[in-house]
Amino acid sequence: MSGYFKDIVTGLKSLVVGMQITNKEFFTKPITLQYPHQSVKMYPRYRGHIELVKDPETGRNRCICCGMCEKGCPSGCITVKSEKKPGVKGKVLTAYILNFTTCSLCGQCVENCKPEAINFSNEYNLASTRREDYIFDLLQKLHPEGVPEPEVDPELLKKEQEKEEAAKKAAAEKKAAAAKKEAAPKAPAKEGGESKAEEKS
Amino acid sequence: MNELIRLLAYMLCIAAFLGLNLAYLGWVERKGAGHFQRRTGPKEVGPYGLLQPLADGLKLMSKQLVVPANADKLIYMAAPVLIMVPSVTLFVAIPFGENLVPREFNFGLIMMFAFASVAGLSILIGGWGSGNKYSLIAGTRAVSQNIAYEIPMLLTAINIVMISGSLDLNEIIRQQGSYIWNWNVFRLDKSILMPVSFLVFFICSVAETNRTPFDMGECEGELVAGYHTEYGGMGFGLYMMAEYANLVIGASLITILFLGGWQSPIGILPGPHWFLLKMYFLIWVFVWIRWTFPRTTFWGLLNLSWKYLIPFAMVNLLLTALFIKVI
Repeated sequence: MSGYFKDIVTGLKSLVVGMQITNKEFFTKPITLQYPHQSVKMYPRYRGHIELVKDPETGRNRCICCGMCEKGCPSGCITVKSEKKPGVKGKVLTAYILNFTTCSLCGQCVENCKPEAINFSNEYNLASTRREDYIFDLLQKLHPEGVPEPEVDPELLKKEQEKEEAAKKAAAEKKAAAAKKEAAPKAPAKEGGESKAEEKS
Repeated sequence: MNELIRLLAYMLCIAAFLGLNLAYLGWVERKGAGHFQRRTGPKEVGPYGLLQPLADGLKLMSKQLVVPANADKLIYMAAPVLIMVPSVTLFVAIPFGENLVPREFNFGLIMMFAFASVAGLSILIGGWGSGNKYSLIAGTRAVSQNIAYEIPMLLTAINIVMISGSLDLNEIIRQQGSYIWNWNVFRLDKSILMPVSFLVFFICSVAETNRTPFDMGECEGELVAGYHTEYGGMGFGLYMMAEYANLVIGASLITILFLGGWQSPIGILPGPHWFLLKMYFLIWVFVWIRWTFPRTTFWGLLNLSWKYLIPFAMVNLLLTALFIKVI
């Protein structure tokens, strides 16, 4: 019987304590983040889709267009497009296309990248109703205001032009030599052709 | 003619009062639920989410009424209406002010309890008519709970009747004086257990309105949604509205029986504003309780009724009888 009244007293006390707690919470500021209006600041280690790294010295990407990311990608969602430009050492990246619909965020591309040109971004607001919105050109994303022209090395350009001229010259000589050569074996070839036709008939 | 005007005025006022309350108590509850848990509650539709009930109503009304294949169609369709009828009817007897009472019954208290128990019945037939076992379980639970809690509730109500010697709700209020110590909660000269009696009645009201911690009829974890699982659209809307109507009635009843109705606590300006103030405060406490305590188990709920509330109510009844006879 003594337990009976003790239960009532402790029970009521615990109810009052509970009510006090919720009352206190009622007057504290809500911690809700109003999502579409505000968004969470993501932690640096969050692994979103990959992005090209901007070199703080040059303000351009560090990609050497080796294509290791493309080769290492198990789902084949990376396409690296590059071309040779006059006066620039190495190849120049023209488009880095990531098809995020098939990307599994495994990170093989980041691992494979020798010059550390790609990294995980912190972006997580990626909702869309169209599939095409998930085919990103990372180069455009890195430079939304327009991709800057690659730096031209004048010495290299000069050298290249000389080389090109030399190559042209060589080609012209070769052509001339070939033309000379062509004149000689022309007749026997013709004959051979005719003889073949005769044999057939 | 006079009577007709009175009737029309009553219908209009009650419809307006109920409509406003049923819509905005839902908003109050959601807002309260949010802030008690450090969230914000509805805030997108209108300033402070004030147009949310309107949007909810529109959404519910535009839904198709689907009758499940297993359901007993007549009962299924009738149940949500039946649950609203007693709730709306009960407002006829509630004295909001000394002269602001739709109709003065000299048996008002009995009428209140009689109609309140019809609500339990309509919950049961709603569960039964749905043709869904979970709804049926929820309905039977709600009814067994209502029965268990009506006993201590009635026993404490008899206290009040014995003290005031009347079943007329307005007369009960009139007999409680215009100071806080004259209210039935603190009338220790009638029975020293009056505050306990108030507590018993309060707990029973929470249970009667089927609200958390006693919402055995609506436990989502076990019974999908409870007795209104199969209802969509306005059927569901009526159930939700009836819940708030019952809340208003429960709070009004506590106000009338224990907190002096329209009587002023400080002796000045008695009137309907005091009644509404007390009623809304009680409703706020109901909301506060709902978002503080988790649901009890079913046996815990019955234990509380049979082991604690009923003995206390009975002891109080005896004490009151003794006090009235002897002193």
